Amino acid sequence: MLAREAETALRTTPLHALHRARGGKMVPFAGYDMPVQFSAGVLKEHLHTRHSAGLFDVSHMGQVELRAKSGRIEDAALALERLVPQDILGVAPGRQRYAQFTNAAGGILDDLMVANFGTHLLLVVNAACKADDEAHLRAHLSGDCIIEPLPGRALIALQGPKAESVLARLSPHIGTMRFMDVGPRRVDGIDCFVSRSGYTGEDGFEISVPAEQAEALAKALLADGDVLPIGLGARDSLRLEAGLCLYGHDIDTSTTPVEGALEWSIQKSRRHAGARAGGFPGADRILQQLDTGAPRRRVGLKPEGRAPVREGAPLFADATSSEQIGKVTSGGFGPSVNAPVAMGYLPVSLAAVGSLVFAELRGARLPLRIAATPFVPNTYKR
Amino acid sequence: MTTLYTSDHEWLRIEGDVATIGVTDYAQSQLGDVVFVELPKVGRSLKKAEAAAVVESVKAASDVYAPISGEVLEVNDAVAAEPALVNSDAGGKAWFFKLKISDKSELGGLMDEAAYAKHTA
Repeated sequence: MLAREAETALRTTPLHALHRARGGKMVPFAGYDMPVQFSAGVLKEHLHTRHSAGLFDVSHMGQVELRAKSGRIEDAALALERLVPQDILGVAPGRQRYAQFTNAAGGILDDLMVANFGTHLLLVVNAACKADDEAHLRAHLSGDCIIEPLPGRALIALQGPKAESVLARLSPHIGTMRFMDVGPRRVDGIDCFVSRSGYTGEDGFEISVPAEQAEALAKALLADGDVLPIGLGARDSLRLEAGLCLYGHDIDTSTTPVEGALEWSIQKSRRHAGARAGGFPGADRILQQLDTGAPRRRVGLKPEGRAPVREGAPLFADATSSEQIGKVTSGGFGPSVNAPVAMGYLPVSLAAVGSLVFAELRGARLPLRIAATPFVPNTYKR
Repeated sequence: MTTLYTSDHEWLRIEGDVATIGVTDYAQSQLGDVVFVELPKVGRSLKKAEAAAVVESVKAASDVYAPISGEVLEVNDAVAAEPALVNSDAGGKAWFFKLKISDKSELGGLMDEAAYAKHTA
């Protein structure tokens, strides 16, 4: 009934010893030994984050500084625009934006955050993609930019309605930040890079901290009675309820940003008739899909019963047809929704919110209602 | 009354020719918060090692296999209605189903409590 993962040489984050000391159940994830849950368990960790504040170690993610050799941040922004469909020049100092690296076919190589720190850009990329992303940046931008990964920094996310009050005890003016603001901030006397963002649908912060001070900062945050440590299990159920994509599952090289329902992340300046239209890998396909629509689309799905419908489940138009029309890319139980939730891809003609599709599960067809995402309202402080 | 165990972390309570079957406390501790249980239909004839029930935690779905062959006599609707019972009382209130044992010799391959404790140590 239970499988055990083979042990391999895994990397660790600067908070590894703390996770073990706090009772973290460690599992391999993206080459790292990471806590999937702590003693509270996934369900309680999830709900605690929605009601109070949760601390997540996301140090496995890649942090990369991008500086223009000219010294002008505009040149770094324009260089990065050659690799992403987003308006990077328009990211004001002290702000960050969600972006995707695309390939020549319009598929997604990775999704990332791009922050403007005034003198340079700071990129936060997925752990499993970070080596490829760095090579991609070097291959295409080395002529104009200095690409500097920051392996010496940990990344701690503090998420939930009490994140602001907790962090304000260690960094008094943090409440002046709005959603997607970034900047250097002193937190408990430590020089950090803070963004007001996250991956839970809740208000919260991500704090980049020098590795040698990461444990002290995490301990200071965890000393607050409102904060619990949260593992990867709840991180996944929180982001799924928030309708946020998990790279390698909901989006990958076979899906374009338009198919992934990420059009909102592509600004007018990069679209047809925009000031800097195109000029990124796969622009032909992506811009055409922005104009005329994509043949398939990522949608939210709510199974009608209590059974979770998980990644990989094939989708059908009705209870009997043999023709598969799509598949579930993420799915599980949503603790705040108190019901199963999922995401998947469907032909656009069958993707209208409110209509029914069927998943095949253990030889039976289960109805799922196409639903708007997020499944729970997000609570960002805009 | 004897309690036996499988290497797949199920328990069987044997009373005459009826076996009551559930998952062990060790299994629930590994599964985490259980959110869904699917039980076999009463009257179904199960062969040993056949998928008989499903238990899903927040993290993953796991099959529960018939540890022995037999006919399903009764299922525990309470655990289907309240899957969290698996976490709170795996060895008691959270029993899954009762089987009419078709071949008592199949019990010979199962572990007693001491052997199971060693298995999970």
